[in-house]
Amino acid sequence: MSLWPRLENLLPQVQKPARYIGCELGVQSPAHGGGIVSWLLTYPDAYEIGLPNQGLQILYEILNEREDAAAERAYSPWTDLEALLRREKIQLFSVDTHRPAGDFDVIAFNLSAELTYTNLLNCIDLAGVPVHSAARADSDPLIGVGGHCTYNPEPIADFVDFVVLGDGEEVVGEITELVREWKGAGRSDGSRREVLRELAKVAGVYVPSMYRVAYDGAFIAEVAPRFADVPATVEKRTVADLADWPYPKRQLVPLTEVVHDRLSVEVFRGCTRGCRFCQAGMITRPVRERPAEQVRTMISDGLARTGYDEVALTSLSTADFSGIQQVIGETISDAGCDQVSVALPSLRVDAFTVGIAAEIQRARRTGLTFAPEAGSWRMRRVINKLIREEDLYGAVESAYSQGWRRMKLYFLTGLPTETDEDTLGIAELARNCVELGRRHHSSPSVTVSVGGFVPKPFTPFQWFGQNTVVELSRKIGLLRDHLRRDKGVQLKWHDPEATLVEGITSRGDRRLGPVIEYVWRKGGTFQEWSEHFDYDLWLEAMAASGCDVDWYVHRHRTEDEALPWDHLSAGLHKDFLWQDWRDSLNELGLEDCRWTPCYDCGACTGYGIEHVVASASPPAGGSQGTGVDLSRGGAVPVALGERPRTASSGDDPQSRPLVGVGS
Amino acid sequence: MRIRIRFTKHGKVRFTSHRDVARIFQRALRRAGLPVAYSQGFSPRPKIAFGLALSTGHESEAEYLDIDLDPERTNGLEMGDLPARLSNELPEGMAVTAAVIIDRRTASLQQAVTSCTWQIDVVDVDADTVAGAVARALAAESLVVTRERKGREVTDDLRPGILSLDVEGPVEAEEHEGSRVRLLAELATQPRALRVSELLGALDPPLVEHRVLRLHQWTTNETDAQQRGNPLHAAASALVGAT
Repeated sequence: MSLWPRLENLLPQVQKPARYIGCELGVQSPAHGGGIVSWLLTYPDAYEIGLPNQGLQILYEILNEREDAAAERAYSPWTDLEALLRREKIQLFSVDTHRPAGDFDVIAFNLSAELTYTNLLNCIDLAGVPVHSAARADSDPLIGVGGHCTYNPEPIADFVDFVVLGDGEEVVGEITELVREWKGAGRSDGSRREVLRELAKVAGVYVPSMYRVAYDGAFIAEVAPRFADVPATVEKRTVADLADWPYPKRQLVPLTEVVHDRLSVEVFRGCTRGCRFCQAGMITRPVRERPAEQVRTMISDGLARTGYDEVALTSLSTADFSGIQQVIGETISDAGCDQVSVALPSLRVDAFTVGIAAEIQRARRTGLTFAPEAGSWRMRRVINKLIREEDLYGAVESAYSQGWRRMKLYFLTGLPTETDEDTLGIAELARNCVELGRRHHSSPSVTVSVGGFVPKPFTPFQWFGQNTVVELSRKIGLLRDHLRRDKGVQLKWHDPEATLVEGITSRGDRRLGPVIEYVWRKGGTFQEWSEHFDYDLWLEAMAASGCDVDWYVHRHRTEDEALPWDHLSAGLHKDFLWQDWRDSLNELGLEDCRWTPCYDCGACTGYGIEHVVASASPPAGGSQGTGVDLSRGGAVPVALGERPRTASSGDDPQSRPLVGVGS
Repeated sequence: MRIRIRFTKHGKVRFTSHRDVARIFQRALRRAGLPVAYSQGFSPRPKIAFGLALSTGHESEAEYLDIDLDPERTNGLEMGDLPARLSNELPEGMAVTAAVIIDRRTASLQQAVTSCTWQIDVVDVDADTVAGAVARALAAESLVVTRERKGREVTDDLRPGILSLDVEGPVEAEEHEGSRVRLLAELATQPRALRVSELLGALDPPLVEHRVLRLHQWTTNETDAQQRGNPLHAAASALVGAT
């Protein structure tokens, strides 16, 4: 049954109706039926944000290639359409064939950002499914989630039936087979719990309802399986060789405007640079490069098939790809006069990288973006982003001399041990970059983007107490004051209040379920959008649920504390992460293990896999992981616990238990 | 070398905007491998020019687009194959129905088109009410509306822009709909384009559009104002590749 005849009468009343029509190049209308498991792959944000998501596109193709699966897609309807859907009692729908969401066997969400959690609840509700997994009937779809946020799914544990950790390519097939059997057996009374129990035994699949959390006061005593055949620890899934998975083969080309509207080719997955703030780099190890030949084929086929004139080579650090120069050279000569441009979304900070950028941006030279992340060498050693000032200035000098006028620099503030001197180093770097530019242009411009640091699970900084809103605002204020007279520097910053809310959900536990539900019930959807973000509502929800912001966000964790995600594993040994945290405080760097001996973080050894790298030697260029003298360190003594004293954090937060929440 | 094509827009894709259609064509032209000419300079763009924008949500039998081709790469280009070749690359609901070579001195679509014929369906209103509203509008000497433009009130007389307006009568409604009445209107596009929604809003009682379909775009012969044609006839060359 298609909802289209009812929807098309509503669409003239909403903004951007093309969000809801599907019709993309590459859209599929798969057959549904008895022996076929239907998946609704859903991104819980607006179409223009969700459509480009490569994870969902990969699974869309892999599932539709199976004879026993059918996959369609859905996105959060914008608030205007949502109001009409609720008024007319129309369900959430797939954009492919406008099939009602409640008719699917599995509704699977990609969770890439914590602030979309309330949209997750909203989509489940719009699908006509109870938001609490415990309240669902055998006839209701299974609600699954995957993506980077699911390494700590505890805050949303009450709302989802199953969680996938890590790469989804293989495991979606295994889940399909179990659901197919369940469907084939008629989904009889009480069988939902049985299929969930079976799913819990699949490697990489976590079923929250199969685990019980025991508390010790405010702290977690233990998260343990309820049944003997359910694993005590859920390990992530890792695809050993990207060469086996050349997806998407038919990337969707939307008819209307979306973000990242270009061909994307993933050149490698994983990163071992070891930046300590970076969750993506930690949880996606090891490095698995795609063969250069396959990259070239995916680029040339993709450009011809899609009609795109831009291709992004994606990874966590594309300049590190072994075949980078060759691939780019051949892409440009293949493309010839057809005006194709190549985007490198993740530039390394050195002159070598700028050289590559100059080669690929001959046709259209926009801006260049670098991410030094911190303003001082000391701070960059703490976070293990080992860029020397000469690397940055070399890159910037090289860029200006080759014609760029605009540069963007990304920084984090609120990092462990950060002093005002470190923060002001950001202003100093930006000012020096503008000075370098003046040698080449009359009005060079540098945009400085500052984000507040949110500690993430499975990183060495998972024990660190996040800076308060007051402290982050003070640091941004410092930078504003210092850069006020600098005409060439534009300062932009992420809202510290949004950073705080990300902090609540990033390292939260199951007691945050009621908080998320409260915000959703009060209409707090699209929290990623500044016009909808409602800080006061989150604080109100925390208070109403008896959860203490300071305890969840600003408190340093200790080594012996049970973390809410301890029963999940990204392969990384907890003692490796703890050692790296201690090294960080001693300002000790750690080298990139792609080109140096293994230090056994656990990501390879635990799963019997290895790096897949075409070149055994590090790429040419700056100091990032190559040729840095890491022997010195600890010259500046640093101690834990130098938290700023603000109105809300005068006492020791660890002595304050949660109010009204306990075991 | 410049070509002019005519295309349709029906069904779900009617909800794409004018800018979306431009984007759709840029990519379709690349996929079809047509040797489109690019502008010079900092940010090269394909040289294509659309005519009057079609409102988001309206369908059309007759949209037009001019495309400049790179003369050095047009060898072997079969104009007869072009409609099918481009239609293959367009989303469901869009199809190219004709293509001709035009002289570069041909007036642009924006300049050449003087009026459009529209098929307008309104719902939840009976045919007599519609007929009454139409008769009152046609009998009036002027239909003055005021609207806000750049913060200032502007008054416009819509009546001269209504070249013809007829009630076709009730048509079969689809599921989930009330009764449907169909109108046919020819509305001027110069000196400014009279929009369907403006026309309906100025009727007494005002009507609300439900489905709107552009049937024709008309050009006026420069020497004989009584003789009109479509933008393909306006081109100097003979019609090639019409389907």
